[in-house]
Amino acid sequence: MAGAGLLHPSPQSSPFRFKDMIPRLELRNITKRYPGIIANDDISMSILPGEIHAVLGENGAGKSTLMKIIYGAAQADSGEIFCDGKRIEAHNPAVSRALGIEMVYQHFALFESVSVAENIALSMKGRFDLPALAAEITEVSRKYGMPIDPHRHVHDLSVGERQRVEIVRCLLQKPKLLILDEPTSVLTPQAVEKLFETLRQLAGEGCSILYISHKLEEVQELCDFATVLRNGKVIGTANPREVTSLDLARMMVGASLPEMQVTAPSRSAEPVLEVRGLSAPARDRYGMGLNDISLSVYGGEIVGLAGVSGNGQAELVSLLSGERLSPEADAIRVGGKAVGRLDASERRKLGMAFVPEERLGRGAVPPHTLWENAVLTAHRLGLVRGGMVDRGRAAGFAGGVIERFSVKAKGPQASAQSLSGGNLQKYIVGREIALNPKLLLVSQPTWGVDVGAAAFIRQTLVDVSRAGAAVFIVSEELDELFEICDRLLVIGQGRISQPLIRSETNREEVGLLMTRFGGNGNGGRERLAVQD
Amino acid sequence: MRFRIEQRPEPSATMRVAAPVIAALLTLLAGSLLFAALGYNPVDALYAFFIAPLNSINGLSEWLLKASPLILIACGLAIGFRANVWNIGAEGQLIVGAIAATGVGLFYPDPESSLILPLMLLAGALAGIAWAAIPAFLRARMNTNEILVTLMLTYIASLLLSWLVHGPWRDPMGFNYPQTALLPAAGMFEPFDYSYRLNSSIFITVIAVFLTWLFTDRSFLGYKMSVGGAAPLAARYAGFRESAAVWTGLLAGGAAAGIAGMAEVAGPLGQLSPQISPGYGFAAIIVAFVGRLNAFGIVLSGLLMSLLFLGGEAVQLGLGLPSAITRIFQGILLFLLLAADFFIFYRIRRLPEHA
Amino acid sequence: MDLFLAIFTGTVIAATPLIFAALGELIVEKSGVLNLGIEGMMLVGAAFAFWAVFSGLPMPVAIAVGALAGAASSLIFGVLALTFLTNQYAAGLALAIFGSGVSAFLGRSFGSAPIDALDRIQIPFLSDIPVIGPMFFRFDPLVYLAIAAFFAISFFLYRTKGGLILRTIGESPETSHAIGYPVIRIRYLAVLFGGLMAGLGGAYLSIAYTPLWVENMTAGKGWISLALVVFATWRPLRVLLGAWLFGGMTILQLQGQALGVAVPSELLSALPYLATIVVLVIISRHRQTLALHFPASLARPFRPPV
Repeated sequence: MAGAGLLHPSPQSSPFRFKDMIPRLELRNITKRYPGIIANDDISMSILPGEIHAVLGENGAGKSTLMKIIYGAAQADSGEIFCDGKRIEAHNPAVSRALGIEMVYQHFALFESVSVAENIALSMKGRFDLPALAAEITEVSRKYGMPIDPHRHVHDLSVGERQRVEIVRCLLQKPKLLILDEPTSVLTPQAVEKLFETLRQLAGEGCSILYISHKLEEVQELCDFATVLRNGKVIGTANPREVTSLDLARMMVGASLPEMQVTAPSRSAEPVLEVRGLSAPARDRYGMGLNDISLSVYGGEIVGLAGVSGNGQAELVSLLSGERLSPEADAIRVGGKAVGRLDASERRKLGMAFVPEERLGRGAVPPHTLWENAVLTAHRLGLVRGGMVDRGRAAGFAGGVIERFSVKAKGPQASAQSLSGGNLQKYIVGREIALNPKLLLVSQPTWGVDVGAAAFIRQTLVDVSRAGAAVFIVSEELDELFEICDRLLVIGQGRISQPLIRSETNREEVGLLMTRFGGNGNGGRERLAVQD
Repeated sequence: MRFRIEQRPEPSATMRVAAPVIAALLTLLAGSLLFAALGYNPVDALYAFFIAPLNSINGLSEWLLKASPLILIACGLAIGFRANVWNIGAEGQLIVGAIAATGVGLFYPDPESSLILPLMLLAGALAGIAWAAIPAFLRARMNTNEILVTLMLTYIASLLLSWLVHGPWRDPMGFNYPQTALLPAAGMFEPFDYSYRLNSSIFITVIAVFLTWLFTDRSFLGYKMSVGGAAPLAARYAGFRESAAVWTGLLAGGAAAGIAGMAEVAGPLGQLSPQISPGYGFAAIIVAFVGRLNAFGIVLSGLLMSLLFLGGEAVQLGLGLPSAITRIFQGILLFLLLAADFFIFYRIRRLPEHA
Repeated sequence: MDLFLAIFTGTVIAATPLIFAALGELIVEKSGVLNLGIEGMMLVGAAFAFWAVFSGLPMPVAIAVGALAGAASSLIFGVLALTFLTNQYAAGLALAIFGSGVSAFLGRSFGSAPIDALDRIQIPFLSDIPVIGPMFFRFDPLVYLAIAAFFAISFFLYRTKGGLILRTIGESPETSHAIGYPVIRIRYLAVLFGGLMAGLGGAYLSIAYTPLWVENMTAGKGWISLALVVFATWRPLRVLLGAWLFGGMTILQLQGQALGVAVPSELLSALPYLATIVVLVIISRHRQTLALHFPASLARPFRPPV
């Protein structure tokens, strides 16, 4: 029965859904445009009461926009939404909450400077009674298996704990429809299981769940029904348990992508990047300190760092890139030289290049043109002479990157912010590679990047490493790391594991390491004494 | 009829150039309404304010004379503003520049030496730089916001000036007026023609405009500073030091203001007194903004601002209105420019009626 | 003893306009907006209040006129900063310059004769207690209003839902909007409140503190109020303490001149400004201290996404 359940042109025609049940939520012909792009194109779908309904799609497919429209945080240009059969007029988050629609954002809607109870109070109507609310929070959170202390301030909570607060906030409202946007990117595999238990309990009580994800195995495990989006349109629907992940992937991606070409690594004799005993205090109360980090990356190989966000990756990366100076110069060595006290520009002189996780605002200056952004890190390649910027050369360099990396842009004069996420990422990766680095640091290479560009970038990283460069990737996507890395490390609570050889390990083992190091959100975080 | 504000896909280049012009025209409109409300014939009043002052060679000379310090200071300030370095204390830097220059001019041993003028120029620049170095140091090393520090220093500079002209530097032959003795001839810029006050210090401004353009548009340091202003994290990512931008930004403004102060005493004023500037340091901030932080735009907006000063004086003499009206116009001009700038990035779209 | 009394009461009186203006700006900044135009708003309040008394209106009306004038002037800033999303520094500066022009313009016909100042109160029993009476119970009503404002604002910020909403908007307007709060509308209210308070502070200067008209009579008090908010790390009690500190500086300067201290009067006049710089440096040194109550979205324009 492999073919059954595939590609139903409309939800109503699927055989196992009861036609006489009034849908908890129904969307008809929802369309939403942003400047230069159609985010949602004539989308129709329906969700039944008590159903766990997945919305699948790659980055850029339109999932987040659709969720914002359902929740009322954005307004559709045309189309209608019905809740329990009644049309929703004048939509906004308050209206949604009144109807029993609750949403857990991918990037949480929490305020760091106040307590859990105060945060939740902000979403609730009625009398402002913190002690009563605190008691309710304790009770409900325990009932659903995710206990939380209402008096703690949010800035003290780990990422997993913050998600709990978000979910408990929704649960307190006794929701009829719960929307979760990519909830598991911040969780260890074990924590994901716990979340699924909670969701099943909820669905059993009649609450519908809208589950946005691009992770196929999770969707197959949890969801009853899936709607697949591609390029803003509904491509089709399926029952995830009755189709293979390959089928789902094909629906999500469309044309099949070229196979990844990953040859065996040939390591250089000496490590290009050597980190020994790197420790650094937390920058501020919201940050994470690093404790005795040691790792090495050789030329010709790709080393990946796995870990749920919030465990020190960002701090480690900024210490490696030179955006932050380490207390000891010797703790970080590039090509044998101690670089700990050198800034980013000086490290580039020694052969480092870096693609950061934030494109606009960090990897590129948003209002500047592409040729101006070329000067940002490539100025030593003859783009600056006698203290003056050579515009012609900068434009030539930018044009070269645009061509070699198939960046869709109007040319070197286009502003960085006019590019799509994927194209800008390709440009930045291209620019850094054009520096001919000995060491390439990459943080979250394919975050929010459409699937075509993501595949391209991953292949590029492999090619660069096989040409002799040492490549160090930090990523939250285990799949990605398993696809292209030769060795893997796990970071948790500011500590790092021993390296694993990718071909000799698997996701479960890495997941266990992530839990052991990172904690599953229960313990508090270690704080180091400030040692500046 | 419903309207919606929506973001433009790309900033509008037309509006970027048109906004200052629109703002200037709307300011004229606002001005005529103001005059009408006060009981004056708007056309007559606008004529008296904007056209009459330019009607003679002397008028043109005054126009350029007032525009010169505005443009000079605005150029220095723009270098800092582009890097998010907010020097609000140019007035104070101008004052100390004037003080230092006067000190050299009055107390140099040989009152006829040809070295006096260049030394005064140097003194003015260095004093302005020193006064701006204080907030630069405090921000670069101690993370103190420069807006308030530069402002406080302006008040302190003003008090310093007051003390000097009432006390130690008061001209014994000056009938007890709070002013210093006149500077020697060798310490003054010669006017081009003795009927007018415009003098060769205007060439300093011309050079400054060119250097500013070169710096902001072509130089690598200027590029680094613009990155720092537009995206501080990107500047850190690229290894561009924030402290370099802070020092450069503040010292450029300080030097420019100090030189402008020197040019005022060595030019039309000839001596120190409690009021040596009609607010050039603050007006230059507006000139910088209206001129889009760009050297050639600043020239145009400096000329406009100078006209506002002249107009204020003209209606004070002619119509008996207080010169404070200039500040009202300056404020309105900047308000309108800031509002017009909005339309570079956004536009208003009329929505179709719902069926 | 008389000297102590003079210094004490002088300090309280000198602090009052600062308390009004700084508490107003505190609310504005807590919502994430930075209004540099306090000096202009205070001058507008001073001019309008003076004009009201000059024209024969009763004192309470004059005070209200001054406060409302301040609020009206803050509306210009509000529209620019909140609807037109301009650079808040530039908009605030424009307001400061505009306000000073309007104030000087209005004041052209006031002459230099003093008006009838705001009367000090007499509480039947309390004002007559020896020592305590003259120290605490013989101020004009606005002094007490300023203290009351402090208590009201502290309560509002930390004990009410409204204050919680305001503070969290200041931390992250995007998040607040996502939850469903009308960020722009609340910020408008905050800005108007700041203008009202600045106007009140200015009115106090022209009808109680120095009841005659001097052009530019705030002499930088608006800028000092701005510094006070930073100095206080955005907490109301510290605003109060800071205002008393700076009030004290001002009084010291006046007393110094009266006592014939052998220091130039300009140096004494410079004390408040010097003190402001010193305090700012001390406070800013440690990024941690700043981060505690700092409204993280300060001065960042916010446009509600559609």
